[in-house]
Amino acid sequence: MSNLKFKLVEGTRSAALSIFAHGFRSFLTTLGIIIGVASVIAVVSVVQGFSANISQQFDGMGTNVINVESYTPRKERLQGVRAKLTYDDYLQIKYRVPGVSDVTPTVRMWGSNAMITYRGQSSSSMIVGTASTYQKLNTVYPERGRFFNLSDDKSRRRVAVLGSSIMSKLDIKGDPIGQHVAVSGEWFKVIGIAEKRGKLFGFDQDDFILLPFSTTRALLGGAEEPDITISLQVDDPSQLVQVKQHIKNLLRRNHKLDKDADDDFEIATADQMLDTFDQIIGSTTLVLGGIVGISLLVGGIGIMNIMLVSVTERTREIGIQKALGATRFDILLQFLIEAVFLCLLGGLIGLILGFGAGSLISNVTGLPSASVPMWAIVLSFGFSAGIGLIFGIIPAAKAANLDPIDALRYE
Amino acid sequence: MSKQTIIELRKIAKHYMMGSEGFYALDGIDLDIYLNDYIAIVGSSGSGKSTLMNLLGCLDYPTAGEYKLKGTDVATLDENALAGIRNLEIGFIFQNFNLLPRATALQNVMQPLVYRGMALAERKQRAQDALAMVGLQDRMTHVPNQLSGGQRQRVAIARALVTQPAILLADEPTGNLDSSTTIEIMALFDKLHSDGQTLIVVTHEKEIAERCHRVITLKDGRLMSDNANQVPVKPLISGIATHV
Repeated sequence: MSNLKFKLVEGTRSAALSIFAHGFRSFLTTLGIIIGVASVIAVVSVVQGFSANISQQFDGMGTNVINVESYTPRKERLQGVRAKLTYDDYLQIKYRVPGVSDVTPTVRMWGSNAMITYRGQSSSSMIVGTASTYQKLNTVYPERGRFFNLSDDKSRRRVAVLGSSIMSKLDIKGDPIGQHVAVSGEWFKVIGIAEKRGKLFGFDQDDFILLPFSTTRALLGGAEEPDITISLQVDDPSQLVQVKQHIKNLLRRNHKLDKDADDDFEIATADQMLDTFDQIIGSTTLVLGGIVGISLLVGGIGIMNIMLVSVTERTREIGIQKALGATRFDILLQFLIEAVFLCLLGGLIGLILGFGAGSLISNVTGLPSASVPMWAIVLSFGFSAGIGLIFGIIPAAKAANLDPIDALRYE
Repeated sequence: MSKQTIIELRKIAKHYMMGSEGFYALDGIDLDIYLNDYIAIVGSSGSGKSTLMNLLGCLDYPTAGEYKLKGTDVATLDENALAGIRNLEIGFIFQNFNLLPRATALQNVMQPLVYRGMALAERKQRAQDALAMVGLQDRMTHVPNQLSGGQRQRVAIARALVTQPAILLADEPTGNLDSSTTIEIMALFDKLHSDGQTLIVVTHEKEIAERCHRVITLKDGRLMSDNANQVPVKPLISGIATHV
């Protein structure tokens, strides 16, 4: 066994003895690190769990899906101006842009939510009018019954696909397929129930009703042209940029925009949305990480403080050890190992508590389940050990530099 | 038969500054210590006993002079080398025992062997042997505050002996002990001496000094006398009890 390895092993043995001899004090000493690491892990686990969930949802959309939405700058919106994508835009894209398929219009009826009633029970839910291709682009598949098809859309049938939450909200018992629900006073026959998607940030993703687009349009009448969203699939992903440019030119022409006017619509791909989302998650993690980093720093200062007290308290012990033949390096190593050991112990307890807290937060708030990535564990331990080293070095050096005679005389 | 010299001190001086004034704690000490010497260093308070003890124990450097321990000039060694010498050649016994408070008797005795890089099993075996030698084989797992004063000092002696040092330095070893325990410890010293150990005892107790074979008297940092003790050792055991 090499000399350094031997000293490390012996140093760890003596550090463990010393730490467990003052169990409660050691716990209090390392509390700062425990809280710091626990917060890091709790935050990271929740954010990562959330992020993993979002990525999964985006994955379902495919990388070659394009979404086109109307866009009004905030200033103009305040002035009452509203940009719109119309049915005509949809037709233009569908028939005049080559290399695309499943062009799907989506309209949110009656604002965002509308009243649905069933046998005296009513609920306010999101109403979406869309085409049969919606299920392919948004990966919404029926759990029971069927999705509406081309013929439902063409014949403006009054059929509806319900999100799974509606069932309980309206207290629909037995087989819902074939039952009728009233949406803003109009009756629709339930033909399918969509698969459950769960909650996101406390927002129920299953609280919706899908109606055929043409039926919705007909019901709205000619009162006002609704603002629609257009989703489509690009057949050849390598043509994505060209297709986006084509749609952009077409819509600008259709909206009669001046050369120097800004677009009154936005074209986004699933990848772009995911990128934006990743950026948000990334900066959130960074900011929160920074804040808890500071708490770890404070924990480190706490450790240094107690270690300094401990060196003073054990001055005589250090003198004895030196008289018995301990070198400066032996003493330095002993105190350094003790500080690192304390921090790592705090890190481990913090890790367990943090994961527990993360899981608890996820369960209580309905966020996706927490997951702790390996890098967070390695980082927490590395940071803890680093703090032990940095904040342990001053007390350890103080101990190592004690004069053996003075240390032996210390009362 | 010529005696083997273990320690040679030549014109050893230790100078201290007290504020703006300097003084010599030791002033030109010449001393030879031989194998199996049993020495008492006596002197009044401030005579330089402790300073000499610290120098002999390689805990301190002389300001001037030459100190050879088994032929090595230790005055020129660096701190790490001195720590090595302390570990290999010197066994300390202190007045207040100086045991590690949280460690058991066994762990205390094992401690100096850690700095020698000895493996755990061997350390343990040696420490058990040393404790058995001082009669504490059934107190190995006790921490110091579970032991009596005499037992603590015996642990300290076991710790000093476990490294098989060239010299055993005892600084007022019986200063904190009652008279019967003092007799016990001194009897142990006698036995160690008869086994061939070199012992140096710093004391201000006349009775202890009288048990040693050689008495060195210091005064104001100078060596006043260095006499062989003519008094036979054995009968003094009861004498100590009456004197103390």
